[in-house]
Amino acid sequence: MTALPAAKPRLLAGGAQQKILAFASLIVLLVFFSLASPNFLQTANILAILQATSVNGVLAIAATLVIITGGIDLSVGTLMTFTAVIAGVVLTFWGLAMPFGIVAAIAAGAGCGFISGSLIARMKIPPFIATLGMMLILKGLSLVISGTKPIYFNDTPSFPQLSTGSLIGAVVPGLPVPNGVVILFLLALAISWVLTRTTLGRYCFALGSNEEAVRLSGVNADGWKVAIYALAGGICGIAGLLIASRLNSAQPALGLGYELDAIAAVVIGGTSLAGGRGSILGTIIGALIMSVLLNGLRILSVAQEWQTVVTGVIIIAAVYADMLRRRRAG
Amino acid sequence: MLTRRTLMAALTAGSLLATSGMALAQDKLYIPLISKGFQHQFWQAVKAGADKAAAEFGVEVTFEGPDTEAQVDKQMDMLAAALAKKPAAIGFAALDSQAATPLLKQAQEAGIPVIAFDSGVDSDIPATTVTTNNVAAAALAADKMAELIGGAGKVALVVHDQTSRTGIDRRDGFVNRVKEAYPNIEIVDIQYGAGDQLQSTEITKAILTAHPDIKGIFGANEGSAIGVLNAVKETGTTGVVVIGYDSGKLQKDAIRAGEMAGAITQNPVGIGYETVKAAIAAVKGETLPATIDSGFAWYDKTNIDAPEIAAVLYD
Repeated sequence: MTALPAAKPRLLAGGAQQKILAFASLIVLLVFFSLASPNFLQTANILAILQATSVNGVLAIAATLVIITGGIDLSVGTLMTFTAVIAGVVLTFWGLAMPFGIVAAIAAGAGCGFISGSLIARMKIPPFIATLGMMLILKGLSLVISGTKPIYFNDTPSFPQLSTGSLIGAVVPGLPVPNGVVILFLLALAISWVLTRTTLGRYCFALGSNEEAVRLSGVNADGWKVAIYALAGGICGIAGLLIASRLNSAQPALGLGYELDAIAAVVIGGTSLAGGRGSILGTIIGALIMSVLLNGLRILSVAQEWQTVVTGVIIIAAVYADMLRRRRAG
Repeated sequence: MLTRRTLMAALTAGSLLATSGMALAQDKLYIPLISKGFQHQFWQAVKAGADKAAAEFGVEVTFEGPDTEAQVDKQMDMLAAALAKKPAAIGFAALDSQAATPLLKQAQEAGIPVIAFDSGVDSDIPATTVTTNNVAAAALAADKMAELIGGAGKVALVVHDQTSRTGIDRRDGFVNRVKEAYPNIEIVDIQYGAGDQLQSTEITKAILTAHPDIKGIFGANEGSAIGVLNAVKETGTTGVVVIGYDSGKLQKDAIRAGEMAGAITQNPVGIGYETVKAAIAAVKGETLPATIDSGFAWYDKTNIDAPEIAAVLYD
């Protein structure tokens, strides 16, 4: 286990090095758990790990965008719940067809992201405070709208298929990768493209490295910031659809604390909380590390209280490694 | 370089923690319990009962539950990991029966018996459900009420609702016991307060106004019982026997202070113990009844600190 593919990291650029470190950690975990228990490396279990990653992975993608701008979004978890409830209202209370529910959830997410972004960019409320407020507002609204009870999707029989069905499994029997996982990876590719190939992506990094410089060069910095928060909100809408589909219900009390899991995945993946630096690939690896770790510890029957301790240790170790690397580079 | 060292250290720590469990896993039956919670005192008591049964019968038990009862998806992840371990049987208390159905079917197809516990699972997959016999528990409350009011007089019930299983069972258990055993006791009113303290307080005030000669009131769950207690205190009524259900700091304090005569407590330790016991029986292919009573007990000022009672009470 000591001979790991991190042999030549110094030849690579800084960002790539952290990604390789994170990737190496993921491989170490996979090898370790596979050796420790014969039950770990089974198709069903690997699929369960991927399924468990899908929601947190999508939320972490949203969080990555905001964190690269040097901001933070504490509302991703309850926004996810809010959009799930909106889907429930459209599909179950109003009885509309599935596409309406999907569009409504994503639009509601983008709308809330737009509000958060406006509070931050136009009213200059610090991101931590603005999204903390949104987190509580959305948690409350989810309970109010749903009447504090779960909304079930029994009238829309195809809705659970969105996350738990498997198009791949239909084509390749024996490989029933849930659709939710496919959606996560497609979304990761799309947002990765946005970040590296579009104007929005460039301003995302620029705002995080030096917001003042962006402003002084005559760019509408506030407008771009609002757009980024709105995009992140829309992505939370996708997470809301995935979790509602998986549970065949919108659970209104859920969501608090999920923002911290998302931020942890982002940070493990090497995105800097100071902004200006980060990648979607890193975030996906970070999210996978978290769910592989949790699943593996469960497979090894490690007591639940110790699972939490080990997860905390891994987060600190990952961030410390990132700091060391940056100190050496700087 | 340092990352790997740190990571390896963490992994070694993890593996050390795991070794004891793994060594045992080889020849013992493995039974994971997936509960509705973990940190709450009630669930820790269920875990203690499960651990006790594990030691007694020589099986390996793990106990997991999400941080809050809202985290349905995290409970699903726990159940999926438990199934991946190819357990002999599984104990499960569903947060949302519908959401759990696909995984329970998976267990059924793999021939893994499922034992439902606490509020159970709304499905025909579980081999049995380990829960409190609420009918018998409420009948015991009726017996105590009769004893305390001298076998005659007017009593009333404040129940949490008329639709849930526990609401129906506790009401009927109390009412039927009074009807069959205490002809001189008259049940003058049964009201429903949604288990909400404030609502139950208002209901009780109305009952006290309508029946000034009332002898006793039974509150059928924690919230209802606190509501009854508040109303009696606020109106300054004396001489009314109040009987509650479950525990919680307010009820315990009221019982110590003599404001409440006593209450029925369920037995979370018994729930954990009986779940593991039933799982072993299911693995052996024994026939199990549809429900298994995990036990309950009456407690009042005299025995509230007795070890067997104190162990099942929570704040």
